[in-house]
Amino acid sequence: MRGDVRKPSHDYLVGFLCMLACIVIAPWVLYPLFLMRVLCYAIFVMAFNLLAGYSGLVSFGHAAFFGMGAYAAAWSAKNLGISAEVAVAIGGLAGAALGVVIGWLSIRRTGIYFAMITLALAQLVYFFCVQVPFTHGENGIQQVPRLKLFGAIPLNGSMAMYWFTAGVFILCFLAVHRIIHSPFGKVLQAIRENEPRATSLGHRTKTYKLIAFVLSALFSGVAGGLLALVFGFATLESVRYTTSGEVVLMALVGGFGTVFGPLTGSLVLSAMENYLASFGSWVTVAEGAIFIAAVLAFRRGIIGEVMAKLKVSL
Amino acid sequence: MVMIFGVPAPLLLGQILLGLINGAFYAMLSLGLAVIFGMLNIINFAHGALFMTGAFVAWMLLHYAGIGFYPALVLVPLIVGALGVLLERTIIAPLYKIDPIYGLLLTFGVALVIEGLFRNGYGSAGLPYEIPASLSGGAQLGFMFLPTYRGFVVLAAAIVCFATWVTIEKTRLGATLRAATENALLVRAFGVNVPRMITFTFAGGVALAGFAGVLAAPIYTVNPDMGENFIIVVFAVVVIGGMGSILGSIVTGFALGVIQGLTSVFYPEGANMVIFLVMAFVLLVLPRGLFGKVA
Repeated sequence: MRGDVRKPSHDYLVGFLCMLACIVIAPWVLYPLFLMRVLCYAIFVMAFNLLAGYSGLVSFGHAAFFGMGAYAAAWSAKNLGISAEVAVAIGGLAGAALGVVIGWLSIRRTGIYFAMITLALAQLVYFFCVQVPFTHGENGIQQVPRLKLFGAIPLNGSMAMYWFTAGVFILCFLAVHRIIHSPFGKVLQAIRENEPRATSLGHRTKTYKLIAFVLSALFSGVAGGLLALVFGFATLESVRYTTSGEVVLMALVGGFGTVFGPLTGSLVLSAMENYLASFGSWVTVAEGAIFIAAVLAFRRGIIGEVMAKLKVSL
Repeated sequence: MVMIFGVPAPLLLGQILLGLINGAFYAMLSLGLAVIFGMLNIINFAHGALFMTGAFVAWMLLHYAGIGFYPALVLVPLIVGALGVLLERTIIAPLYKIDPIYGLLLTFGVALVIEGLFRNGYGSAGLPYEIPASLSGGAQLGFMFLPTYRGFVVLAAAIVCFATWVTIEKTRLGATLRAATENALLVRAFGVNVPRMITFTFAGGVALAGFAGVLAAPIYTVNPDMGENFIIVVFAVVVIGGMGSILGSIVTGFALGVIQGLTSVFYPEGANMVIFLVMAFVLLVLPRGLFGKVA
């Protein structure tokens, strides 16, 4: 779980510009709907990575925030007559609100206990979503409108929605980058490396961990809300533990604690799922096999390996 | 009709029995997890998938080889245990020197592979497994009706849990095992083959899951999702109990099953959630778990 703690460098700037160029060119090469899914999941993985890669807290329950964000955004988009960016923000707030409760409970433990606790609490959220009427149970919230950006620009066309998604992604990317390189982020990394020592230096590590948790939940909610607008529905699938597993896998494949890992992981895994979609449960088998291979052979992830090979920091 | 808390007694006792059965599975699975964790320092996410494998192997033995329930109770743990040896030697052993969280990620991958394979081979609908003739029927106890098989499950689980506890806490083998948990290097210096012991501990833990799978086969339909439904609850059980004590896992498992059974009498909607809520409460008052050592 190593993240680079150095200052943003020349390498990083080059990487960022390459990423921007790819985002601009991509919709002429690949399906926009596929790309929007990749970007939404990339936001989700960045959120997860903020906690796992930079704070050392590997959560197995992030689907709770993602799914709650999706439900909240979908419900308010259908019922409140708001604009698109407000709906996504509501998704983020719903994720953050849930993050306060789950984070407050789960940061009492660390390591694998933390992973098990977040998984169990997320399962509680799942059963809650199965029961309450506003999620519409097995059907989910269907026919969610894409709304208008700032109440003026309609997002029905796939290109318009793509630029909106890309914009939200870049905002989240810069925000996460800012957090990681702030004094707050440095303390998080210190906690990850050696918590007793961070405590002895006078930092309230519990408070730092809780804030990191809530921020992570916030971005997860944004990702879920955005995905609900893109596809027009929010279902139980997004709250299921398999979604939590998926985000862990994407982060692992991309590289824990790397800046460009989340987008890479999301792209690779989404492409694989797309490709194997017609083969039924073989997707699950392939995901499991990648998990095993990644843990055994390339724990640093794709970006982590590239960083090591080229001796750059991304 | 006798009423307890405004609920007919047979209904209440029936739900407590159902709770005890779920509790029996929680106890066997969390016991296996605790034994493995003690020795390997790894949380085996594939435990649920291996439990499900146990149920499937029992079904296969019956349908492809005509081998019935009682031989399966012995054969299936051996087969699942052998699978455990294979897993431990090939992919789990390389992880002992790194952060235990990777063990969780790897075994999660193993669970996905196993579940995906069974889903491909047998679909998600579920396969029926008949209760053996000698255990069908039931007994009218006057205050409630006791189906023989359910009584058998609770009894068998209790015996197996007790036997595991005796082995670990009261025998020479168990003493060596506990010593190796405390300080593997020192135990090796005494000439004990600790790596082999680790392999067989893992095998023993998953064999317990396999045994539980056979017992579960006639109660729940044999299907690829039965493992995942259990494993997350069992994680909560493990957090509640803390993994420091073998007896603790057993008691916590049975107790939480009963609590769940009682909840389904008084507030059925909450039955799925109650164990997680208990976990949240325990985290508030006693973060290290009821029987946990300081971690």
